[in-house]
Amino acid sequence: MQKIEAVIQPSKLDAVKDALLEVGIEGMTILEARGHGRQKGHTEFYRGREYTVDLLPKIKLEMVVPDELVEKAVQAILSSARSGKIGDGKIFISKIDEAIRIRNDERGPSAL
Amino acid sequence: MHPRIVKLFLALVLCTGSLFPAFAQTPAASAGSIADQLAKLQTQVANAQSSADNAWMLVSAALVLMMTGPGLALFYGGLVRKKNVLATMMQSFAMMAIITVLWALVSYSLAFDSGTSFIGGLHHIFLRGVGLVPDTDYSPTLPLQTFMIYQLMFAIITPALITGAFAERMKFSAMALFLILWSIFVYSPMAHMVWGKGGFLNASLGGRFPTLDFAGGTVVHVTSGVSALVCALYLGKRVGYPKEAMPPHSVVLSFIGACLLWVGWFGFNAGSALGSGPLATSAFVNTHFGAAGAALSWMLAEWIRSGKPSALGGISGAVAGLVAITPAAGFVQPMSAIVIGLLAGAFCYFMVIKVKNWFGYDDSLDAFGVHGAGGTLGAVLTGLFASSAINPIFKDAQGNPLPSGAVDGNWHQVLNQLVGIGLAWIISIVGTLILLKLVDLTVGLRVSRDQETEGLDLTQHGEEGYDFAS
Repeated sequence: MQKIEAVIQPSKLDAVKDALLEVGIEGMTILEARGHGRQKGHTEFYRGREYTVDLLPKIKLEMVVPDELVEKAVQAILSSARSGKIGDGKIFISKIDEAIRIRNDERGPSAL
Repeated sequence: MHPRIVKLFLALVLCTGSLFPAFAQTPAASAGSIADQLAKLQTQVANAQSSADNAWMLVSAALVLMMTGPGLALFYGGLVRKKNVLATMMQSFAMMAIITVLWALVSYSLAFDSGTSFIGGLHHIFLRGVGLVPDTDYSPTLPLQTFMIYQLMFAIITPALITGAFAERMKFSAMALFLILWSIFVYSPMAHMVWGKGGFLNASLGGRFPTLDFAGGTVVHVTSGVSALVCALYLGKRVGYPKEAMPPHSVVLSFIGACLLWVGWFGFNAGSALGSGPLATSAFVNTHFGAAGAALSWMLAEWIRSGKPSALGGISGAVAGLVAITPAAGFVQPMSAIVIGLLAGAFCYFMVIKVKNWFGYDDSLDAFGVHGAGGTLGAVLTGLFASSAINPIFKDAQGNPLPSGAVDGNWHQVLNQLVGIGLAWIISIVGTLILLKLVDLTVGLRVSRDQETEGLDLTQHGEEGYDFAS
């Protein structure tokens, strides 16, 4: 089981969710986040003073998937979240030791 | 007897009985009766005028209170950081409660009782003698309590305006103590001088240097704005200012607040006519035109300078215009009001964008830049644009109107305005310095550095403004 964390542009959320559903991934956690990589922020004005806002709104998706679905999930995210511009985001993958369904104490990949 | 016959008999008696009063009246008119009827008619007309005036004045008083809560509370609340939103709103709200009691106890008397040219007496402490009978000097058609409550709303909003200068760093207890003292020692004397019987600057009751101030350009805006500057300088900058960006946490709230201020200002200015007649109309129209003119000029100035007109700029412009038109509202022609607005928007924009940064003071919510500067400009322009055609405030011994302002040929009035403005500046600076020192020595003015970083909502009030997780 592996955890996929994807930081994406908020405007891409619907497309990414649909693409993941198509490859069979239904469960995920979605967080509102702020951040930046190499993308410069934007300037805002307050009382004539210019200041840079470099904490930009992002969406972070987290999902734990069985090993055999990882590459499909990654491809789904890449194709739906990419716009080609700086600020598209990143995907991180890590190994998961255990997954447990709270309702019935089911463990392992069948709990996903 | 049969019940039906009883009923018929009773009906007959009642019908004939009700005719008796008609028979009692003498049909022919006699001399005494016409004079009586005339007197009665005169009383009825006077009552109708009083009713119209009182109705408008009570609405106006409500509108002015709305300017403080929620108008100013929202306007200021939106401009501060999220961690200080409640504390900021609470400062305005506290004035609504505290100043009200203070007014009843002593400060109404100090402002509006006759006394010296500079301060009223104590005859009206605990509102003694303030009943429902009019005071002919102030408002012959209004119950005196209407006048009192209307003036109270002004006394409430004036200290509330000052809170913008020391936002995000002043102790609640210190703020309350300071503003109570300020209301007694700065506001009441200034109100007395401009509007009170025998006041040094009173234009309608024969003051030595008649200052034209229709609704409080000097009494409210210059005093609060200049006092705000003194506070900002005395208390010092917020931790992190100016390096750290401290943008408003909700321009949405400020927007709503500003619009409530605009609408409420109709009560502030048009209500200062102390009646519902054509002078109220003039003041109403001028108020609106001043706001619009200034919103335009601020937006244009910002558009040109920064490339984009901001919402915050638009509403700030409107407020600046409303401030500037306040002393002029019941004295100028409508087109003059537009000009005053256009000038005020550009001037206050300049004060807030350029001058504040030149000197580096942390007038957090631009109380000085908008109210102090706007009020000063407006008071000067009132001397220029006051027209006796709108309001014949100066009259000769026969009751004929005399020239009001420069447009009428009376350039001397500009000098009088400067005297009034100068006095407002002096009393504000001196009074505020002394009172700040006093409160600093006793209670201490600023919160600690840690408290300021954590935020006033939690540290002063034990609350959080927004808890979206719950």
